[in-house]
Amino acid sequence: MNIELLANLSYIVSAALFIFGLKMLGSPATARRGNLFSSMGMLIAVVAGLTAEGIVSYEYIAGGMVLGAIVIVGALAARLVGMTSMPEMVALFNGSGGAASLLVGWATLYGGGIDTFTAVTILLAILIGGLTFTGSLIAYAKLAEVMNSAAIVFKGQRIVNSLLLVGIVYASYQFCLDPGPESQWLYITLGLALLLGIMAVIPIGGADMPVVISLLNSYSGIAACAAGFAINNNILIVAGSLVGASGIILTNIMCKAMNRSLANVLFSGFGAVKQSKAIEGEVKPISVEDAYYLFEAASNVCFVPGYGMAVAQAQHVVKELGEILEANGCEVSYAIHPVAGRMPGHMNVLLAEADVPYEQLVEMDDINPRIENVDIAVVIGANDVVNPSAREDEDSPIYGMPIINVDQARTVFVLKRSMASGFSGVDNPLFFGENTRMLFGDAKESIQGVISEFG
Amino acid sequence: MEIIFLIFILVLSVFLGFELISKVPATLHTPLMSGANAISGAFLASGMVDNEMGKYLGTAAVAFATVNVVGGYLVTDRMLGMFKSKKAGGKK
Repeated sequence: MNIELLANLSYIVSAALFIFGLKMLGSPATARRGNLFSSMGMLIAVVAGLTAEGIVSYEYIAGGMVLGAIVIVGALAARLVGMTSMPEMVALFNGSGGAASLLVGWATLYGGGIDTFTAVTILLAILIGGLTFTGSLIAYAKLAEVMNSAAIVFKGQRIVNSLLLVGIVYASYQFCLDPGPESQWLYITLGLALLLGIMAVIPIGGADMPVVISLLNSYSGIAACAAGFAINNNILIVAGSLVGASGIILTNIMCKAMNRSLANVLFSGFGAVKQSKAIEGEVKPISVEDAYYLFEAASNVCFVPGYGMAVAQAQHVVKELGEILEANGCEVSYAIHPVAGRMPGHMNVLLAEADVPYEQLVEMDDINPRIENVDIAVVIGANDVVNPSAREDEDSPIYGMPIINVDQARTVFVLKRSMASGFSGVDNPLFFGENTRMLFGDAKESIQGVISEFG
Repeated sequence: MEIIFLIFILVLSVFLGFELISKVPATLHTPLMSGANAISGAFLASGMVDNEMGKYLGTAAVAFATVNVVGGYLVTDRMLGMFKSKKAGGKK
């Protein structure tokens, strides 16, 4: 039996493990084991791949040392990074995936004997990998707030981007006519792809980040797929297409949750357009003490977290309040909108970090039909995802977006720093609602105040 | 024929991926993303091109892929470790 056959057989085993791993991610109870399965699959694939390559040369050892160092840095980063900075970690990992496909594609060029099909796949790996790389770096900078997270739009942006695209297509065509590592068109394509990654992400504002992150995730998969074709590696194609599919599904879910098309998210520079229609009404503030009396009497409380909860780091006190309420005989749930936060599932991770049992986390579609039975809906740092304008006001830019209908609960508490409008710059009639009480101040401090009243 | 064979694999895994992933609940979307990302580091299984420049690029690629694999799996594991059921949480 030759060694290459053995390696390919191992690839089948690891592909099966990847698939099992993803399948087990279907339930929180089995998810951790699933992740372990898929990492075992990866180990098998790596060992098999390296063995098939034969003798370990000194370059490998040098490479291995670089690897070792990076493994340690990666492991430390993964262990130390706080759950609040999870979105930027994911963005960085996406970027490194993109960079890897770019480099693999590039390296393959030096192997020689490239036919047109291989040239096309190499080019795709370089293009998509390159734009994923820079795009993810920009996404990282925006999420980590190294860079202003608002949309950056300028006049003629679409024209510049269209020109870039045309340039890439032309350069790619020229490259495929005469592929080789020395081709100047290679460098031009590479440069343009890197630039396109930057240009594509800067016009996208903070609240649209979940879409971008999932889209970049799928790009990194597609780039891996292309690289798999370029080097004739099955496992890479399988892995790449699984990742690509997951990214596309997430992107689709995020877009649906905002009632916008992908094109609209990518090209509109949301947040730049503000409508001037002011909403008239009276805001009814409430004191921590009064809030306590209402909480004490409530028998069904639903928390609705948003990005503001992440910023205020309020998840732990929220959970503490939830426990106290439960001990008080009250039913507690946490309603999570699909696009709350800065990445898919952001709020779920934060609440899980605070030890909230996952049975209490409910999705928008589950809570809305029974929201009328909720005594108090507590909105923590969420705005657009609970804005009734999306349901009622046809002129509103967010009209049609599915929301959590907290305004239909018996009472709504809105925890908010001040009266500033949400990310989209749209006024929120919820704040002026008959049954709404505003609890002004830092979310964490306000909740701590309520807890000490219980004490 | 080789190309057709590879495309065959691609098409089947795309379908399988859609089937599997549409069943993942919203609660687990973040771990799904970071876990999937770790898988895309399968570059590590690929060899290196036997040529000076190819080796440099290959080593860099391996380094990036390692970040993906190791970081991705660790972060995912850590996140998933936090998802607790009410009963399990009580026992612990």
